[in-house]
Amino acid sequence: MASDRIFGLVCLITAVAYLAAATQIQTNLFSGEFLPKLFPYLIGGVAALCSLTIMFRPDPEPEWPQAGSWINMGIAVIVLAIYSVLLTPLGFILPTAIAAGILSYQISPRAIPAALSGVGLSLGLFVLFKFGLSLGNIVAYRIPTPAKLWEALAILIPFVGGH
Amino acid sequence: MDILSNLVLGFGVALSPFTLMLAVCGCFLGTIIGALPGLGPSNGVAILIPITFTLGLDATSALVLMTAVYYGAMYGGRISSILLNIPGDEPALMTTLDGYPMAKQGRAGDALVLSGVASFVGAFLATVGLMLLAPSLARVAFLFGPAEYFALYMLAFCTLGGMASNNQAKSALAACLGLGIAMIGVDSSSGLPRLTGGNLHLYDGIDFLVAIVGLFAIAEVFFFIESHGLGSSIGVKLDKVRIPWRDIASTKWTMLRSSGVGFIAGVLPGAGASLGSFLAYMSEKSIAGEKGKFGTGVPKGIAAPEAGNNAAAGGALVPMLTLGVPGSGTTAVLLALLMTLNITPGPTLFTERPEVVWGLIASLLIANVVLLLMNVPMVKIFVKVLTVPAWVLLPGVTMVSFVGIYSLTGSYFDLLLMVGFGILGYILRKLDVPTVPVILGILLGGNMEDALRRAMTLSDGDVMYLFSSPIAIGLWLFAVAGFIAPMFLRSVLKKPQAITD
Repeated sequence: MASDRIFGLVCLITAVAYLAAATQIQTNLFSGEFLPKLFPYLIGGVAALCSLTIMFRPDPEPEWPQAGSWINMGIAVIVLAIYSVLLTPLGFILPTAIAAGILSYQISPRAIPAALSGVGLSLGLFVLFKFGLSLGNIVAYRIPTPAKLWEALAILIPFVGGH
Repeated sequence: MDILSNLVLGFGVALSPFTLMLAVCGCFLGTIIGALPGLGPSNGVAILIPITFTLGLDATSALVLMTAVYYGAMYGGRISSILLNIPGDEPALMTTLDGYPMAKQGRAGDALVLSGVASFVGAFLATVGLMLLAPSLARVAFLFGPAEYFALYMLAFCTLGGMASNNQAKSALAACLGLGIAMIGVDSSSGLPRLTGGNLHLYDGIDFLVAIVGLFAIAEVFFFIESHGLGSSIGVKLDKVRIPWRDIASTKWTMLRSSGVGFIAGVLPGAGASLGSFLAYMSEKSIAGEKGKFGTGVPKGIAAPEAGNNAAAGGALVPMLTLGVPGSGTTAVLLALLMTLNITPGPTLFTERPEVVWGLIASLLIANVVLLLMNVPMVKIFVKVLTVPAWVLLPGVTMVSFVGIYSLTGSYFDLLLMVGFGILGYILRKLDVPTVPVILGILLGGNMEDALRRAMTLSDGDVMYLFSSPIAIGLWLFAVAGFIAPMFLRSVLKKPQAITD
């Protein structure tokens, strides 16, 4: 009930924002005045209607996880986000081992198997991708300058608040 | 005769030693992916597309590999359904109804072999059906103008929303979400960016592979963290695997009927494999009546959904190849593969690149035979895969997903976006909002808008042009019916509950 109402409201706001953004679409002589905006208008309109329907005719409440699981998933998101930005400056092996290890620990909280599976996955996948499939842009390791490292992490700072 | 000469062409393409090896590898990999609990065909194919792409295979080899994975995953899905009572994906749900009880009676091996044979029959007949139907449908598709295509896309979204979800508003919203995302990026006609919010990373649009891998694979990781990987231990024992000839013989008509039902369900745009296995199971149940004891572990209850499911998977390729409209989540992912390989599905594909179409069909036939041969004697190996603990499997899947996307684009932004789609996918699935329409929207958004724009340009802005031909009107009527009818049929078409211990 409540979840669907909140979800509907969020979608309604998004749909209205989308419509507002669609009015601002730039056009020129090649595209005509209206055609680039037409389809976004339709999408936004239908989405707004659906959001209203969901708000006023909500489904039963889903089973949300416990607080502990939320914290766990939050940690997983942060780990994956940091992994995303560090993959380029630090190379493949170290970030992958740490990220895989943490995820493994979160699914089954035993430190030693988690650490082993992190290291194992990292090395195993590296060998597979680099030598088995010879994917180009994977580098074993890089030693970044502190400035580079900070630059990579700084990408996340507005992002954490945004998502 | 036309078909035969085309088949010769297809086998000429698909039977080289290299592609044959790819087919075998793909089948093996696909079966493993399908067998892993919680990692269905869509997930499996999705995370492999970026890697296949960066491998630099040519279009035919990549297609052979991925269709082998696709069919293999459909085969493998039944292993976790039967042994763990965990369907790898939505269509496999029906297999658990009789498969798991049969396995608990100590006949796990029989159930696995029987379902393997049923899968083979369903997939084989569907491939034959695809050969017969697709070329003639492709000829019809030449009559399609922009108005018809727009109506066809509407039909796909409406039936997908109608059949495959519990709440029309939510599936329509999901479709809008996907279509809305597809609009982001530089507009092809004006060359100006649209809806990017000034973010330079978004000028190229959002890569559908990023969205697919995020929504399917990364979201799955969150579900596993939530459940702490519980519920994936084998509760039944698998003894010697023998071929249950009597069961196979007694279910032959069931397999044939279910293949027909499944194929038709698969051909309907947007309906897909879930509907195929559901209808096959329900029709066999009503033919057998009370005496059939469906739901207690009878052979027919396994043969019907497996044949139906695999036939629908083959049938879903018909609208996907001829019209460019996929019929299910996994075919949507295959469409993504074709688009990555720069192959545009549609009627022209049959005339301009017959080697791709018929190579694909030939490789489907090959994959099917390989799978049958591989699955009966090697089923024990695949069962071993189920014992891989979730705490190794899931981090592994995550890392493979990241590497795939990273090797494709090399940009941190796409990785972050993928994590974002993972969160979105988790929330949507929790709220019972289907994610397949989102994918379909992202994939088809550009084409759908194109059709609308061309229609508006041709007619000078007359909206009635969209309803101006009999084909278009027919498609619109089906679209409306497909969207509205399930609201009333939902109480009739109630899905049977999964069996719990």
